[in-house]
Amino acid sequence: MVENTTHSEPSGDDIRPPKASIGVIGWLRANLFDGWLNSVLTLVTLFVLWKTIPPFFRWAFVDSLWFTDGAVCRDAPGACWSAVTTNLRFIIFGFFPYELQWRPLLAMLILFFLLFYSRDRTHWNKYLAYGWVIGLFLMGLFMKGGLFGLTPVDSTQWGGLPLTLLLSVFGLTAAYPLGVILALGRQSSMPAVKYLCIIYIELIRGVPLISLLFMGSIIFPLFLPEGITINSILRAQVAIILFTAAYIAEVVRGGLQGMSQGQYEAADSLGLNYVLTMRLVILPQALKIVIPPTVSILISAFKDTSLVVIIALFDLLKTSQTVLSNPEWMGFSREVYLFVAILYFLGCFSMSNYSRRLERELDRGY
Amino acid sequence: MKVFKLCVIAVAVIVFASAGLSMAGTLDEVKARGYIIAGVNGGVFGFSMPNEKGAWLGLDVDTARAIAAAVFGDSDKVKYQALTAVQRLPALQSKEIDVLCRNTTQTLSRETTNGLNFVQVNYYDGQGFLVPKNLGVRSAKELGGATVCVLPGTTTELNAADFFRSNDMQWKPVVIENTAELNKAFFAGRCDCLTSDVSQLAAQRSVSPNPKNYMILPEVISKEPLAPVVRHGDDQWYDIVNWTVMALIQAEEFGITSRNVDRMMKSKNPGIQRFLGVTPGMGKALGLSDKWVYNIIKQVGNYGEIYARNVGPDTPLGLERGLNALWTDGGLMYAAPFR
Repeated sequence: MVENTTHSEPSGDDIRPPKASIGVIGWLRANLFDGWLNSVLTLVTLFVLWKTIPPFFRWAFVDSLWFTDGAVCRDAPGACWSAVTTNLRFIIFGFFPYELQWRPLLAMLILFFLLFYSRDRTHWNKYLAYGWVIGLFLMGLFMKGGLFGLTPVDSTQWGGLPLTLLLSVFGLTAAYPLGVILALGRQSSMPAVKYLCIIYIELIRGVPLISLLFMGSIIFPLFLPEGITINSILRAQVAIILFTAAYIAEVVRGGLQGMSQGQYEAADSLGLNYVLTMRLVILPQALKIVIPPTVSILISAFKDTSLVVIIALFDLLKTSQTVLSNPEWMGFSREVYLFVAILYFLGCFSMSNYSRRLERELDRGY
Repeated sequence: MKVFKLCVIAVAVIVFASAGLSMAGTLDEVKARGYIIAGVNGGVFGFSMPNEKGAWLGLDVDTARAIAAAVFGDSDKVKYQALTAVQRLPALQSKEIDVLCRNTTQTLSRETTNGLNFVQVNYYDGQGFLVPKNLGVRSAKELGGATVCVLPGTTTELNAADFFRSNDMQWKPVVIENTAELNKAFFAGRCDCLTSDVSQLAAQRSVSPNPKNYMILPEVISKEPLAPVVRHGDDQWYDIVNWTVMALIQAEEFGITSRNVDRMMKSKNPGIQRFLGVTPGMGKALGLSDKWVYNIIKQVGNYGEIYARNVGPDTPLGLERGLNALWTDGGLMYAAPFR
């Protein structure tokens, strides 16, 4: 023990706890080595981490190559990030004409800025709505071109990250209100509306998204008359919206049923009609309750957009797979998929993060 | 439900509005549109695949470019639509694409029940075996008792089973669902041989750790004639696509390349004069300009040039001509006379 100079003799009141139960050692003992079982688990965990983290770090950063060609990579012991860096523009932008790729980049930046700005609820006013309208117009303009001297780019040439974002952002924003309407319809007292909604929800929930995408891309065109083709991105987009809406509808229904009867009666006694009851009393509370399940549906829908691979739309995953089927880069799937996984993680993590923040802000404690 | 109603109304409007459209031939539609829409694979190196700038390359892609050169005199007037194996035939049937150049095997049922026409074959493929050289096997007939890496649920698996049964040999299939995993297993030594289409085997070998240690056995156990496909019922368009592929082959036979085509225009050979449109007639019969062959050869090259730059010995695939050599060199590439 170290000699304490200020207190000559510790009195009975301020005897310090033993060194072994405070500070770092105390924390370690309480949390990691609490009993023999936990001690063993801690040691095993440490061993596993020791066996995995340093080799991974070595593979990913020390022995790795960043800007070489494929042949050099084959002899390297570490990661071949060249597979990502060399093909980055194809992975991100797909078939968008090479010289014009600043346009989808700009469109994505606008989208990110708008999303980032809108996350603060104090910014939600009519100017933000105007901002979105202008932003959407600009994004469409940059992607499609054809106005103000911009070279037109056919939507069949859209791909990569902009396509993934397009499918998810528009898919989710369109599916949410549709889902709320379907949930209200299912609760409706009008039998026709009610049963149509039930049939729709159950039919859509009864099939996997893949089968909807297949129907949209393979069977649907055969029913169209001669000479009419509907853009394949639009068909996939509609399938995703219809699918996600059915799931959101069921989640929202859960929220509606979670409201106590007293809320409806209170609204009635104030003389509110159906629309006002829903808008002012029921939905604000019901939708708040169901934020966590809604967000998990939105997150899974975001990831599900990668299923468009099977109908040969070149979304982020498909462009990566295409790079990997080039003999020069064949076999570097770890690096490329890791890169794609990071992008998806960023998207999903920010969504769930935002939902927790929204829950906190909306929490009124009743 | 409002959205659903709107969709129904929109579809109905489209249906009625389009009922009045006349049914034009594919050539007229393509000319009015200004470009050809070609269905391609998108993931097979050497046949159709984008490079890192998103530009399409490959043997099937060059075939599509040749059609564009024939129709428009500009090989860049093509839009490529990547299609999966399941999508490719419906996409053609529903007129989403004008021509399918997607390493598709010609079969009887595809021509009849699916209502499609295959034109002149642009690549003869077939299933083969890849073995390590140190296995000491020189022929597929010596593979009795071998463990074979094979993709499940494909004709590849069935062909291999047929081959071993008809030759009274035992085999142990190692079935792995994913192509990348399958190849990894083979090169890690889990099986004695890998079976797939020869062009695929060549691609796999080219990226293996030691390509020189592996060989493709000479036996080819299935026929896979890969050809561009068009719809039934439009004979003019069929003729154009068919004779475009023929022209590529004929040009090689005449020795006309993208480099010497201008000189060949002055050739005294009446066959070449007819072929290149110096003596007019051939193009008009197809409904094209008489310079159609000149445009194809000048912009895309002859079949030999296309083969060499996409899949030939100097590419990562390193495929010898084999069955795809001209008939004069012992292969199957044979064009009908241009007269």
